Amino acid sequence: MDLNILWYLVPSVVMFAAGVYGFVTRKNMIAMLVSLELILNSADLNFVIFNRFLFPDSMEGMVFSLFAIAIAAAETAVAIAIIINIYRAIGSTDIVETNKMKH
Amino acid sequence: MDYSQFGAMLPELIILGIFLIVFLADTFSPENGKKFLTPMTTVLMLLATVAIWIVPSCGEAVFGGMYVDGPACKAMKCVLNVGAWICMLEAAKWVESDVMYYRKGEFYELILVTLFGMYLMISARHFLLFIIGLESASLPIAALVAYNKDKYESHEAAIKYIITAVFSSAILLTGLSFVYAFSGGSLYFSDIAVQITSGEMSGLLIFALTFVLAGIGFKLSLVPMHLWTADVYQGAPTSVTAYLSVVSKGAAAFAFFIIFVQVFGQVYSAAWEWMLYAVIIATITVGNLFAMRQKNMKRFMAFSSVSQAGYIMLGVMAANQLGMASMMFYILVYVVSNLGAFAVIQMIEDRTGLVSMDDYNGLHKTNPYLAVAMTLAMFSLAGIPPFAGFFSKILIFTSVTSHQNSMALYMLVLIALINTIISLYYYLLVVKAMWISADEPKIGAFKSGKCEKVALTVCVLGIVFLGLVSYVYKYFIDSVGAETLLALN
Repeated sequence: MDLNILWYLVPSVVMFAAGVYGFVTRKNMIAMLVSLELILNSADLNFVIFNRFLFPDSMEGMVFSLFAIAIAAAETAVAIAIIINIYRAIGSTDIVETNKMKH
Repeated sequence: MDYSQFGAMLPELIILGIFLIVFLADTFSPENGKKFLTPMTTVLMLLATVAIWIVPSCGEAVFGGMYVDGPACKAMKCVLNVGAWICMLEAAKWVESDVMYYRKGEFYELILVTLFGMYLMISARHFLLFIIGLESASLPIAALVAYNKDKYESHEAAIKYIITAVFSSAILLTGLSFVYAFSGGSLYFSDIAVQITSGEMSGLLIFALTFVLAGIGFKLSLVPMHLWTADVYQGAPTSVTAYLSVVSKGAAAFAFFIIFVQVFGQVYSAAWEWMLYAVIIATITVGNLFAMRQKNMKRFMAFSSVSQAGYIMLGVMAANQLGMASMMFYILVYVVSNLGAFAVIQMIEDRTGLVSMDDYNGLHKTNPYLAVAMTLAMFSLAGIPPFAGFFSKILIFTSVTSHQNSMALYMLVLIALINTIISLYYYLLVVKAMWISADEPKIGAFKSGKCEKVALTVCVLGIVFLGLVSYVYKYFIDSVGAETLLALN
């Protein structure tokens, strides 16, 4: 079986779509963060795929995805810290309950 | 490896140096030494601004072309540095309060780290460095937004900020991964620009461009991506709101200009001119219409800053040297006007806890100086003649039509002009509340602190004189002209 670039790109696009869908529909903040991770990972996957199939001579895409993974980890750490604060304040991680401002 | 290359990164090294000094002083100083932290940091920031301005940049690309610091980059960094300095002065009173006393070092450290990230965003000529800069500019801000630990609103604003920030950077990374598919295996701005030529337009390039525009547009709160702005601005501590609305937005605008002109400049009219056209009109109009019905001052300033972001984007529409120079001037004027308004809002919130527009009724009876400063700031934001906001609006409107003579661009300027008149209505509502409303003033007379006086004086002087002193604008024009590495037409 010939594994061309599509075999890798389609899962990446599916991950992206699932991430956006989850981000929009989920009410739990942790679940939203998981969806965000899916989007970030699909972007990393894209970089690796394009590097491997289109520009096999250079390593730039691979290096970029390594940095992107590290940055995503930092983002998640900050977000989790804030979610813990919210949980302490209102006893819930439901995004619908954080609507006290508006006015 | 040639370590002398680090010498070219002078502005970054200065900020890093201040960060280390503040960090060490904060960690190792005895209890009573902490009171020197605020004066030390603000004085160091002032010196840093002067140093970055005076020391000539080497103007060459280092680290294999990843990093560039020419005269224009230097001028942009100066503008941001002035903004951060005024923000620190305004925050001084809040930082010195009892709740904040043991955490004030962290406040300055986080601000300095974000400033460092913004410098990298501006100087980066490679997407890897740009992303690192963008993230180190936006993640510490989330921590700053959540700084009022004992206030629920602060947490709510922080979660809204961090989730939209992560989502936007995910979108930006996805866009960049598709840009990478075009790039010929390199993520240098110049290499991608060579690969993308206006001849072959594909759907994938438009797709990638939309994602990149949306990703950076989130940071700028351009209109389809502006929904986080009001809540975050309202819930964040006021000094952080001021920082977010001015310095963070300014840095994102500069980076937006550099990326779109340097990387995608070849496909300007083919791909993103009309995209940006629609976004600008939507941003200015929606920001204005929503600002009209806000009663909370911080929410009001949030929507006002959304519409100001639309005006700033007019400089990107011009996409030439004049556009860059007018954008720098606009942002400098926006820094002094917006921070002037925020200084007053912050002082009043600090002393009385009042943030509603109705609370400002009759302010001139109790605090005449604050009322005058606020009035000048509102006049400048609205663009009333002798003040700086008028000149910055004129220059940015002229720059839009400077590179091509098309009817559509004149229409854009006309729409922006009509919106200026609409914005006059809501800016004057504040002035009316302060000077004309006959109610008894709710805010008693109070004295402002030393730092706040300095900040407000600098802002008022800037509002009055920046437009009249033509040297400033000429300095920006010259610096953009001298920047050979910016590759503008």
